[in-house]
Amino acid sequence: MKKTNKIKIKINGKIKLLINDYKLSDLLKNIKIPIKKVAIELNEEIIDKKKINKIKLKNNDKIEIVHFIGGG
Amino acid sequence: MEKDQFIIAKKKYNSRLIVGTGKYKSMSECAKAIKLSGADIVTVAVRRVNITNKNKPLLMDYIDPKKITYLPNTAGCFTSQEALRTLRLAREIGGWKLVKLEVLGDKKNLFPDMIETLKSTEVLAKEGFKVMVYCNDDPLMAKRLENSGADAIMPLAAPIGSGLGIQNKINIQIIRKQTKLPLIIDAGLGQASDATIAMELGCDGVLVNTAIAKAKKPFEMALAFKNAVIAGRQSYRSGRIDKTFMGNPSSPIKGII
Repeated sequence: MKKTNKIKIKINGKIKLLINDYKLSDLLKNIKIPIKKVAIELNEEIIDKKKINKIKLKNNDKIEIVHFIGGG
Repeated sequence: MEKDQFIIAKKKYNSRLIVGTGKYKSMSECAKAIKLSGADIVTVAVRRVNITNKNKPLLMDYIDPKKITYLPNTAGCFTSQEALRTLRLAREIGGWKLVKLEVLGDKKNLFPDMIETLKSTEVLAKEGFKVMVYCNDDPLMAKRLENSGADAIMPLAAPIGSGLGIQNKINIQIIRKQTKLPLIIDAGLGQASDATIAMELGCDGVLVNTAIAKAKKPFEMALAFKNAVIAGRQSYRSGRIDKTFMGNPSSPIKGII
């Protein structure tokens, strides 16, 4: 049987399967994240948004994408 | 009378009323209420982007952060670690350095955990944040926050969202006398007159969310708070008369027929 070439990541608490060799920038583009309006954490470390096209995602990576919402 | 300026972390603001953006029925209601309130600083929360429903309206589409100062808060954080993580992320969104620190200690009354708050203030100030700190109305703790590098002291009037108004006027006045930092009443106001009282005690501003957002007519209440803050500040600066327990006629005694 052919080895599945997929990785499992968690984004905002939801599990997502991706093909291997996926860049963070591809993922954000794919799910249409307005990059200027968010902040991104990869495995609890804040990511410099200018560098997202250099980051390759690995199996079990945890991504958090946050933005501003109404609050007191 | 010397010019009356409202300055936080060396930046001048027009309105002494800061409003929250939570609890409104819709984004458009929130945006209209903010406009009517005249506020030029609004608090905002940092939360996960909804990655499954992308049609949800975005706050930034309704309130332009170039025109209104966003004050990211740490509402919902119960430890220093959570609060620091939240504000570091907030800074990353668009370079925000002015932040509201709020570390809660009790889920029921939402009182601040002052030990965690103090720890966080020290770290944030060292990292270059301009920290406006939600705190209890304890003059000693307020002094400690000031010594740790806080940029504004924001004692509660009463528990968040309670609408009870200022419960400890004496402590607020003691804090006023001891600090030159901006003193802003944050949380617990219920109606416009509560804001006037805060301003008459010498506070530099008030922060209001629930009292406007959950009023039966939020737009009218936003206007009422705007006027109340202006009135209270004018009253404070006008020098009130001394209190007496005797009557003192307003018309001259001389010439009575």
